[in-house]
Amino acid sequence: MDNVIKNIIGKDISLAELFEENRSVIESHSSPVLNSLRDEAFDAFQELGIPSNKVENYKYTNLQPLFSGDYAFSLKPETLTENLEDIFSCDVDTLDSITVYLVNGWYYTRNNPGDLPKGVVIGSMAQVAKENPELIEKYYGTRAPHLSDGAVAFNTMFAQDGFFVHVPKGVVVEKPIQIVNILMSEDALMTTQRNLVVMEDNSEARIMVCDHTLTTGKFVMNNVTEGYVGRDARLDLYNLQNQHNATTQVAGFYFEQHENSHLATNNLTLHAGVARNNIELKLAGSHAEGHAYGLYLLDKNQHVDNFSYIDHAVPDCFSDELFKGVLDDHSTGAFTGKIMVRPDAQKTNAYQSNNNLLLTNDAKMNTKPQLEIYADDVKCSHGATVGQIDEDAMFYLRTRGINKNEATILLMYAFAYEVIEKIKVEPLREQIRTLIEKRFRGELDKCHSCVVCGQKGTDVTCL
Amino acid sequence: MLSIKNLHAKIDDKEILRGIDLKVKPGEVHAIMGPNGSGKSTLASVLAGNEMFEVSEGEVQFNGKDILEMAPEDRAREGLFLSFQYPVEIPGVSMVNFLRTSINELRKYREEKPLSASEFLKLMREKKNLVEIDSDLTNRSVNEGFSGGEKKKNEIFQMAMLEPKLSILDETDSGLDIDALRVVANGVNKLKRPDNATVLITHYQRLLEYIVPDYVHVLYHGRIVKTGGKELAHELEANGYDWIKKEFGDK
Repeated sequence: MDNVIKNIIGKDISLAELFEENRSVIESHSSPVLNSLRDEAFDAFQELGIPSNKVENYKYTNLQPLFSGDYAFSLKPETLTENLEDIFSCDVDTLDSITVYLVNGWYYTRNNPGDLPKGVVIGSMAQVAKENPELIEKYYGTRAPHLSDGAVAFNTMFAQDGFFVHVPKGVVVEKPIQIVNILMSEDALMTTQRNLVVMEDNSEARIMVCDHTLTTGKFVMNNVTEGYVGRDARLDLYNLQNQHNATTQVAGFYFEQHENSHLATNNLTLHAGVARNNIELKLAGSHAEGHAYGLYLLDKNQHVDNFSYIDHAVPDCFSDELFKGVLDDHSTGAFTGKIMVRPDAQKTNAYQSNNNLLLTNDAKMNTKPQLEIYADDVKCSHGATVGQIDEDAMFYLRTRGINKNEATILLMYAFAYEVIEKIKVEPLREQIRTLIEKRFRGELDKCHSCVVCGQKGTDVTCL
Repeated sequence: MLSIKNLHAKIDDKEILRGIDLKVKPGEVHAIMGPNGSGKSTLASVLAGNEMFEVSEGEVQFNGKDILEMAPEDRAREGLFLSFQYPVEIPGVSMVNFLRTSINELRKYREEKPLSASEFLKLMREKKNLVEIDSDLTNRSVNEGFSGGEKKKNEIFQMAMLEPKLSILDETDSGLDIDALRVVANGVNKLKRPDNATVLITHYQRLLEYIVPDYVHVLYHGRIVKTGGKELAHELEANGYDWIKKEFGDK
């Protein structure tokens, strides 16, 4: 970690100043396509700053205190002395996937995604931006709102690397693509990652993004993923968040969908300190189908805020949202479901549902549907529930000899089940099922946090 | 086996059971009948340990143990089974997972080894045949989307799996068509052994044509006001509950 330029962001150095000071370093390591938006983003950021709870869309999560304090900032690629394979090993027997790693937001140089179908690119955003900028130019910065969202502006200012996935026209990637994000640092660390997924017409892929912390220090992660799903294309995107309590994560997914395309996102927050997920799907071609799912399991003082925005820009599209959460101890959660139906988006079908299970009187959930409908021939429904364990079901299980604790686990699992069933990759669904059960039993050690990628934990560095 | 003495129970300060006395010995079948609101289902719930009800007086011994202080799960582990009047739907909990957890909890209590997956499936097949439950019901979530009859059959199936010493069947006959009633009754009869006992709670005499009770008790206003043989059930069927109400209405 010696090559990391450490900049302490404290009381006296603002994030804007940090950018100005290091701008030349950032730009010299980066390519014109990524440099092209830094000016605009910087101007916007000076106006917007890191979102506080005074910003309507961030009402339930004040990011400002979370983004201040002493953090190192990684401005150059990580060069690891150890082999990542020694820290991780992928359990290919159960999950035959194409796996790549990112360390602190940087694409791991020794990644070997193996044989890919013809024309498929899975690689480093920084490298592709340098070598094949034409793959990126057309899309970069056109979906993520770097002019109106301070977190995205911040990401765009500092954007250097991340993952890039390109699936050309008509190509089906059979194996799931697994992207493992690792955070490891001796010091408290702030990272940004900028990702892009381009699915050309009639292509198909499934992507899993797994987020992990390998060391015990504090982390702030501000990631933006933009994506395009072309005509008749199909993408399933899973984000498995499994990070320790001293982690703050802002994960933005900004997608545009074309005619007859199918996109399903699934944010599975098993463990995180503070997580804010922004999920934006723009349905820009008729008969596009967008599904946004999420499951969050919180305890202690954890906080998870899912903000979804489904934009029905054209007629005849379908969207479906299901977010479910189990909140224990003093944890807090928020859900906002914004659905926009534009004036000519007739025959829109949009469904939304947010259900929460509160296990204590101290847990708290804020849920807010936000429907703006400007067309008259639409079907929209939304529903939100906040409840406790069903006493009748509890009694029923207990009369069959199942103790209260075990019955609670069964019922929590039953509650989560609906979201788990949305996972279409069979082995992944099984792994997540196991993980969730472990989480409910309090057996989820962050060291075997990724049953999915079979991470070998070590007692010393795991928390 | 079961000995209830002067049992009083209330919900929200309203006394529903007002001094119940009942003794059940191994091998016996008891029917508890009575008009609506007499406290039949409350008695079943209190025996199973439903915390909604507060026991204010009396004692209940089951196999020589005071069960009123026991958690519902411990009563089940001691061999008490309640077939619910309204079995609860639990989406997301599979029948297999539910029953396997249940059986192994009971076995653990008796210090027996848990059943392996294959032993469990074998047992499930046997019992399914015994109670004539459709095989696809066990592939679903607990009671989810089951018809009224399927839910009741599922209760009897669970009873067959768990082999309780004492089964309390709360209005198991209500809402059943004649075929389902026959299946349920056959199941109960097949499971009858000299060392177990059954308490049938029912409003109608209909079920008692299929399961012949040794004793019939009439529950009214929270007390057992009359006890007799199976002929008492016929009398109730012929004359209704009005004469009971007249005779005991003021007490």
